[in-house]
Amino acid sequence: MMDAALDVLTMVLLLGGALMSLAAAVGLLRFPDLLSRMHAATKPQVLGLLLFLMAIAVEQRSWAIVPVLIICWIFQLLTAPVSAHMVGRAGYRTKHLRKDLLSMDDLDDVVQHAATRRREAGDRASSD
Amino acid sequence: MMTRQRIPLRVELPLLIWLVLVWGALWQDFSLGNLVFGAIIAFTVANLLYLPPVELSGRFNVFYAVGFAGRFLYQLVLASAQVFWLALTRGPKLENAVVGVRLRSPSDLLVTATGHILSLIPGSLVVEVDRSTSTLYLHCLNVSTSDDAEKVRQNALRTEEWLIRVMGNREDLARLHPDAPHHSDGRKHP
Repeated sequence: MMDAALDVLTMVLLLGGALMSLAAAVGLLRFPDLLSRMHAATKPQVLGLLLFLMAIAVEQRSWAIVPVLIICWIFQLLTAPVSAHMVGRAGYRTKHLRKDLLSMDDLDDVVQHAATRRREAGDRASSD
Repeated sequence: MMTRQRIPLRVELPLLIWLVLVWGALWQDFSLGNLVFGAIIAFTVANLLYLPPVELSGRFNVFYAVGFAGRFLYQLVLASAQVFWLALTRGPKLENAVVGVRLRSPSDLLVTATGHILSLIPGSLVVEVDRSTSTLYLHCLNVSTSDDAEKVRQNALRTEEWLIRVMGNREDLARLHPDAPHHSDGRKHP
């Protein structure tokens, strides 16, 4: 009886994790540009992996494996945003995004401001 | 020849404990002998492969940490479902925004942690960080009005507030008062 209940719990967790993978796939296909696809590609896996690891923990029924699974998730938490940030930053700087899809862009104002200032400084230097 | 300052053991201790825990978890063996051997290896590694120490505040509130973990999991589940729903219903017609959020704390650790947590929760992604003013530039899904952008800013500041209550130092805690000045350490304002 207990075993059956735990098996059902495992099944629910695995299905939840698989659903997150499906979410990532649908997002990759349907979102319009690099940055919004980044959301779909990296984020649902944080929850998806957690659900899969919980399924393993429930099915193994051993406490010894729990610390490994926790560390597995922590390393995922530490590394996923770093790569997402690097790709997103490079994508923004090389203009791999569609400006027409942005309703506002605070960073663009800063970049424009810095560019104008540098141009003015350059003008001053060349007129001297 | 590079000179380096000696790190006191007390500052290094959280790192060593973490390394020993990883060692025990990877061997799936938390017996005393294994942990002592792990501690020796951790101490050797930390001293041979030298990295700049992370400046911790020396303060850690367990209750806020538990509360923060709960909030994080809640937001994670909610936002994952939201992004899935957006992918199914809106898809290509999605409107996004790059929102700048000025954080209160000048601490590198807190700015990194806040950006990390915001990046982990679906729907927002750190595109750029301005370290001199602790400003995060977030790319957010489905933000079409300035009200939505304001909600993103409020959420980012609340995340920072939680992190400060978990592990911020005294100056950061003082900044949480509503009438406290921004960055009282003489950094220039934009």
